[in-house]
Amino acid sequence: MLVIKNLHAEVSGKKILKGLSLEVKPGEIHAIMGPNGSGKSTLSAVLTGNENYIVTEGEIYYEGKNLFDLNVEERAKAGIFLSFQYPVEIPGVSMINFMKTAVNEQRKFKNLPPLSSGEFLKYMREMKDLVELKSDLANRSVNVGFSGGEKKRNEIFQMAMLKPKLAILDETDSGLDIDALRVVANGVNKLKTPENSAIVITHYQRLLDFIVPDFVHVLYDGKIVKSAGKELALELEEKGYSWIKEELGE
Amino acid sequence: MDIQKTYEKYINVFEEFKDKLKNNESEKLSNYRKKAFEIFQKLGIPDNKNENYRNAGIADILNKDYEFTIDSRGAVVNLNEFFKCEVENLDTHVVLLSNGEYYKDNEPITDLNEGVIICGLQEAKAKYPEIIEKYYNQYPSEIEDGFVALNTMFAQDGVFIYVPDNIEVNKTIQLVNLTHGFGNKNIFKRNLFVLGKNSKLSLVICDHTLNMSNNFVVDITESYVGENSQLDYHTIQNEPNKSGVINSHFINLEKYSRCNSFVISLHCGILRNNVFAKLAGENSEANLYGLNLTDKDQRVDNFTLIDHVVPNCMSNELYKGILDEHAQGSFLGRILVRKNAQKTEAYQTNNNLCLTPQTKMRTRPQLEIYADDVKCSHGATVGQLGQDALMYLRQRGIDAREAKLMLMFAFANDVLLKVNIPPLRERIANLLDSRLRGEFSFCDHCLLNCKSRS
Repeated sequence: MLVIKNLHAEVSGKKILKGLSLEVKPGEIHAIMGPNGSGKSTLSAVLTGNENYIVTEGEIYYEGKNLFDLNVEERAKAGIFLSFQYPVEIPGVSMINFMKTAVNEQRKFKNLPPLSSGEFLKYMREMKDLVELKSDLANRSVNVGFSGGEKKRNEIFQMAMLKPKLAILDETDSGLDIDALRVVANGVNKLKTPENSAIVITHYQRLLDFIVPDFVHVLYDGKIVKSAGKELALELEEKGYSWIKEELGE
Repeated sequence: MDIQKTYEKYINVFEEFKDKLKNNESEKLSNYRKKAFEIFQKLGIPDNKNENYRNAGIADILNKDYEFTIDSRGAVVNLNEFFKCEVENLDTHVVLLSNGEYYKDNEPITDLNEGVIICGLQEAKAKYPEIIEKYYNQYPSEIEDGFVALNTMFAQDGVFIYVPDNIEVNKTIQLVNLTHGFGNKNIFKRNLFVLGKNSKLSLVICDHTLNMSNNFVVDITESYVGENSQLDYHTIQNEPNKSGVINSHFINLEKYSRCNSFVISLHCGILRNNVFAKLAGENSEANLYGLNLTDKDQRVDNFTLIDHVVPNCMSNELYKGILDEHAQGSFLGRILVRKNAQKTEAYQTNNNLCLTPQTKMRTRPQLEIYADDVKCSHGATVGQLGQDALMYLRQRGIDAREAKLMLMFAFANDVLLKVNIPPLRERIANLLDSRLRGEFSFCDHCLLNCKSRS
């Protein structure tokens, strides 16, 4: 589904990713952990096509196609979804209008007719229940006045609406209390199918108790330096990252 | 033509035709013209040296010739045929004007509340002299402004509306000024609206040019809102690219009265909107809203003066602008709180989006406060669309163009939300949406979904 080869990327002239390689197959969940500043968020920005990040070297293939041929919205329509670390507040744009536009743009891309208002509202209600989103949030402006937890829940709600093939969860657990974390993780798990995949970027093992990864990778200084099964997360939780640095001889 | 030559032209025309202008007017009204002439001679045409008109580009309006006549231009076609308005869910009384004159063959309004008068100003001077003399030019005469003086010198007609005490006018009144005929015309229109006590009037004013004439229009509208009355005033401007319009609206508010004023500029050449609001009676409220969308070389200047004369009044001001391509604009918002006007609340906001580096927006809040127990605030911003918000919308699969439109609409929608007639709000929202999408530039179809036939 996703193949990243020797990816180098920089932002504002600063080299962040320095030869990252990763392969994600359909149905797999990959966790990416790593210390602050190791390039986790840069990876999600590059995957979604944020123009502020410049790829200097390497290749990314998504479903066999060169990802760099697609702009931000084309990637989104092709099924790449980012749950933002810091969801943006957009005053004046209602959640309903936003989601209706997004869902129908995606349907147009798939050559499906747009949903009628009735169909859309019904679908929205179902997805809201799925992620246990309070009903009035959907009537407000995008993320405006939402608490930290509500914003993250709203990201998962949008994911439910758009049903991506590849979901990137960028520190979706940060700022969540344990109950909210469970709700968010439940949402992600309910949306899981044998075909779609997820990249879960996190600092803490906690989230991985709920969303169980197939692989755990350690990103350090712009490269994946260690990959293993879910047990690696536990080890990191216990020992921190210093032992990895030692292994690398730093 | 330049400013000096234009000035001389007006002086000469006035000297030559002052007796004809007097028509059958009373001495009092005629004296207003003379007094205005003196002021105009003193002030001249406001140009870049005038603080209030510094950025208004008056010289660019006056660089061509305008056909100017003090005789009625009449209407050679049946404007009722031209104009059929069908705004969904909004039932209005339609009043037509022809080149700034009250259209003689307006279809009669049969279901108007008793006592409400709607007619031409010229006609009203003869029929209702006591009302005209009591109100006409009362507020404008307090303001020294070259264009206000110029209008007062030459204006002969416009619309007169009188709402007696205790009447809520049953439908919104829609004034449609149709400008037609060939040639670039110089038009001086004058409207007078008077509301008694405990009354209510809602107005929608559409300016609508039936051909591509580039006219120079100097308008004055006077609104006198009586005790505990409410005026909802909406003006929707759609002018050709090379037109020049200078609009001044004077609003006088008696105690417990309220005015909600909307100035919505969708398309123009050079457009200047002056709004003067005087809070003359205690507990009165002035809410001034503005929205302008400009592109190409269009230019919109908004000037407002809110005069807090007495204590316990409130004013709110929200003006927003979206400028694209080479558009220019300015906002000059003066709030005057006089020494006696304690417990005043006055709030002003002006936000602008400049979509290209070539646009220019100048914003100047000016608060002059002489009372010491007041709540006043002002805020002005000039900025671009939020890149983070754009990225967020695009990441959900919304095309960049659509995402920008959504953000622009959201920006402008703050003003629309203040419109308290839902079908009108919806209609303006649709107009705004199609304007932002570039689906209409200037065209000869009425903005309010009116069917024009030519």
